[in-house]
Amino acid sequence: MFDLTGKNALVTGASGGIGGAIATALHGAGATVALSGTRVEPLEALAAELGERAHVLPCNLSDGDAVDALPKQAVEAMGSVDILVNNAGITRDQIFMRMSDEEWDSVISVNLTSTMRLCRGVMRPMMKARWGRIINISSIVGATGNPGQVNYAASKAGMVGLTKSIAYEVASRGITANCVAPGFIATAMTDKLTDDQKDKINAQIPAARMGTPEEIAAAVLYLAAPEAGYTTGATIHVNGGMAML
Amino acid sequence: MSDVADRVKKIVVEHLGVEEDKVTESASFIDDLGADSLDTVELVMAFEEEFGIEIPDDAAETIQTFGDAVKFISEAV
Repeated sequence: MFDLTGKNALVTGASGGIGGAIATALHGAGATVALSGTRVEPLEALAAELGERAHVLPCNLSDGDAVDALPKQAVEAMGSVDILVNNAGITRDQIFMRMSDEEWDSVISVNLTSTMRLCRGVMRPMMKARWGRIINISSIVGATGNPGQVNYAASKAGMVGLTKSIAYEVASRGITANCVAPGFIATAMTDKLTDDQKDKINAQIPAARMGTPEEIAAAVLYLAAPEAGYTTGATIHVNGGMAML
Repeated sequence: MSDVADRVKKIVVEHLGVEEDKVTESASFIDDLGADSLDTVELVMAFEEEFGIEIPDDAAETIQTFGDAVKFISEAV
């Protein structure tokens, strides 16, 4: 249904489960993709799997200069960035009373500040092209909160406010900015949980299971498509009914 | 009128969709020519491209009128 032929997409965190699925979905719809992440090996493996129209652009998102350089590298590799997916994220979970400044700063820096920098980096060419798609991967906990994740939840809620404000500013230029907020998705991040923890989580989800990375990618694919041109400033919650927002 | 002024006027007319005779020396992009704040950013981007110059943000803020733009660019090129 959705055709992204001729569009160029930059996806951060493409070495992870959700990011990899997003890149695969966009690529499958015909887009050229730039895969960014910190770990080169999985990026290379994914690029090899995708074949043509896939570029690897390693980037450490806690390094501000590297983040500012990334959109330029993506333009060099692909010719433009029509679709930006800010998917990369880290967690440094800690009960709030014990949370250090470093734990706070590192999560805000990678999840929120790098998102802002990358959005800023692609804005000028998108404005000129009168077309652009910004898709920021937030989280259910940005809306609901979560014990032990003061920093992560703040960064993910921050992404929603950032995205809405950008959406306001550039809507008249054919650029949309939206969030996708995953609930619990089966990835390396959730693999760290014990079976007992997983059972407890599943009991809170009306769908009674964790989601798949492909179910997140499907929402991103929609938002990236020309058909989604009238959807902006929105957050699509993909969480099995865990929080009906 | 100088070559710079002609080229600046052409950009302004095209971008803001205004009549050429409205683009006078003292015409303010926002107050007289109907630009919004995003338009002014885009005008500066267009000037940079047309003249191959870099207009820093603090300088861009001082460019309020057609005359300001012509003056700044004439000095920069």
